[in-house]
Amino acid sequence: MLIALPVLIPMLGAALCLLFWGRSRPQAVLALASTASMLAASVWILFGVRDGTILTLNFGGWQAPFGITFVADLFGAIMVTLGAIVGLAVMAFSVGASDRLRASSGHYPLSLTLLAAVSGAFLTGDLFNLYVWFELMLLSSFVLLTLGGERGQLEGAIKYVTLNLLSSMLFLMAIGLIYGTVGTLNMADLARRIDDLQDPKLATLLATLLLVSFGIKAGAFPFFFWLPASYHTPPPAVSALFSGLLTKVGVYAIIRVLSLIFDQEWSLLGDVVLVVAGLTMVTGVLGAIVQNDMRRILSFHIVSQIGYMLMGLGIAIGLVGSLGASSPIAVLAMSGAVFYIFHHIIVKANLFLISGAVLITTGSTNLKEVNGLAKSHPFLSMLFLISSMSLAGIPILSGFWAKFVLVRGGLEAGSYTIVLVSLAVSLLTLYSMTKIWTQVFWGEPDDLKSPPLDRRTKAWVYSPIAGMCVLTICIGIGAESSARLALDAAEQLLDSSRYIDAVFDGASAQIGDAP
Amino acid sequence: MNIILAFCCGLLAATGTYMLLRRSFVKLVIGLALLSHAANLLIYIVASPLLGRPPLVRAGETQPPAPFADPLPGALILTAIVISFGVVAFTIVLIKRTYEEIGTDDLDQMTSTDRDLC
Repeated sequence: MLIALPVLIPMLGAALCLLFWGRSRPQAVLALASTASMLAASVWILFGVRDGTILTLNFGGWQAPFGITFVADLFGAIMVTLGAIVGLAVMAFSVGASDRLRASSGHYPLSLTLLAAVSGAFLTGDLFNLYVWFELMLLSSFVLLTLGGERGQLEGAIKYVTLNLLSSMLFLMAIGLIYGTVGTLNMADLARRIDDLQDPKLATLLATLLLVSFGIKAGAFPFFFWLPASYHTPPPAVSALFSGLLTKVGVYAIIRVLSLIFDQEWSLLGDVVLVVAGLTMVTGVLGAIVQNDMRRILSFHIVSQIGYMLMGLGIAIGLVGSLGASSPIAVLAMSGAVFYIFHHIIVKANLFLISGAVLITTGSTNLKEVNGLAKSHPFLSMLFLISSMSLAGIPILSGFWAKFVLVRGGLEAGSYTIVLVSLAVSLLTLYSMTKIWTQVFWGEPDDLKSPPLDRRTKAWVYSPIAGMCVLTICIGIGAESSARLALDAAEQLLDSSRYIDAVFDGASAQIGDAP
Repeated sequence: MNIILAFCCGLLAATGTYMLLRRSFVKLVIGLALLSHAANLLIYIVASPLLGRPPLVRAGETQPPAPFADPLPGALILTAIVISFGVVAFTIVLIKRTYEEIGTDDLDQMTSTDRDLC
């Protein structure tokens, strides 16, 4: 029951929020309470799986593979915890920053359903159930994106909706083909039975279809166009929530499906993933360089960072194809990807929150319109400096260690090209962060167009940002234990037999045996 | 039977893709709806439907008489239909609002989010 809590709590919170439609205060209290208890539940799960056990839950007592199974392994638990952290920070930020109209109508319940769907996607062990969580996540994000109905939001939403729906159709087609050919949709069962396919080319086809569909959701090259077109249009709290979680669900799905189900295709797909990773990094960072708006720059950086996560995965599965799943280098590279994801979710959501704070204090995020924040708002500037340096990978902050593990994995695996590309891209990342810094934070302060924030708003806006900054510093200082966590998660990911055993543990069910 | 359905599915997917590539939003929505039909039909076809063999268990038996049609694809398709219905309904409202706001139904006119504003 425990592992369904991160889904149930925000769902319940959303339902309760609907009872207070039109009143922002009770909705805000409910949202904060449910994200806080969601965080508590997910930390509890994380402690439960820390020693390597994998928790499973079969809904309605139907044994796998007949019912819907929820599985919490280390990677899934880490992701759910991060989702809850971002959720809590975003809710606190929304209390200070949301306008009255949005805050009293759909903002809180929709953000909560989005969080529920994201946790569902991280925990489910069934491919069709994953599709349903994806759709729930998409629908909540569609409405969050368009809530308010400004011109930019609507235009961004059309692009976002079209491409994401296309990706869902591809996913659904892949599900249909998988069911038709393998005869099951439970991921652990699929992992056992995919090898029985008559034609190995069919498995490659299915893996590719899933890879394209999740690639669109993750914003990987060449499918990332919807992301920079839409992420800067909604209110800052919403873009922070999106930037922290949505694309990462795509990356999670790629990692889960490739590591669990399609482990026969690895030698072939490793190269594909690596090429995609390199191109994603480069196009993302080049796109960011030419932009002149803080939120757009950050949106392009999401794309570029997705490349790093795929790089870890690509190196790992390429190696496993030739060396076997227990190869320590493969585990190292995969742990780089895991580490990068958890560093990225915190830092990127925080940078979006900071850009939101800049937006509400100055009325703009355009680099040419905002100047001299370092003098007028030194605390905010310091928070930005910490997060942006972490993103670029300056030592002792979380980004440095994440890149360090990835680069080390790459060097040991002999994938020198991708390592070179990733280092060049992090230089360019540093360049565009300094560009924001010199234009927005340095210089003489302008006369602010908007009135200064009152104390209460300031407290709500700054405290989640400061909290996330402390987290990124803590991950950096406690890199040893974070890296160990990532290593354990990676080891578990690469050894798919543990996941399969956990799902079928004690459930050697015969057909017709289910209650 | 299956070969006809397969052609239908291909036709739906092709028409949907063609519609998606047009510049008008209304056609875009039609394209999305057609693609979702194609996906649903695909699930139905690949699960090789058996006509006239419902998976009904007779009284006193534990299994339906073989061969029986697999009921699961039907359930999957139903779920997918409901979801795509909701999504298409949302998209229709979205294009209506966008049309009111922007005053055009030409996708090529919607470039303000991609252009640098300064």
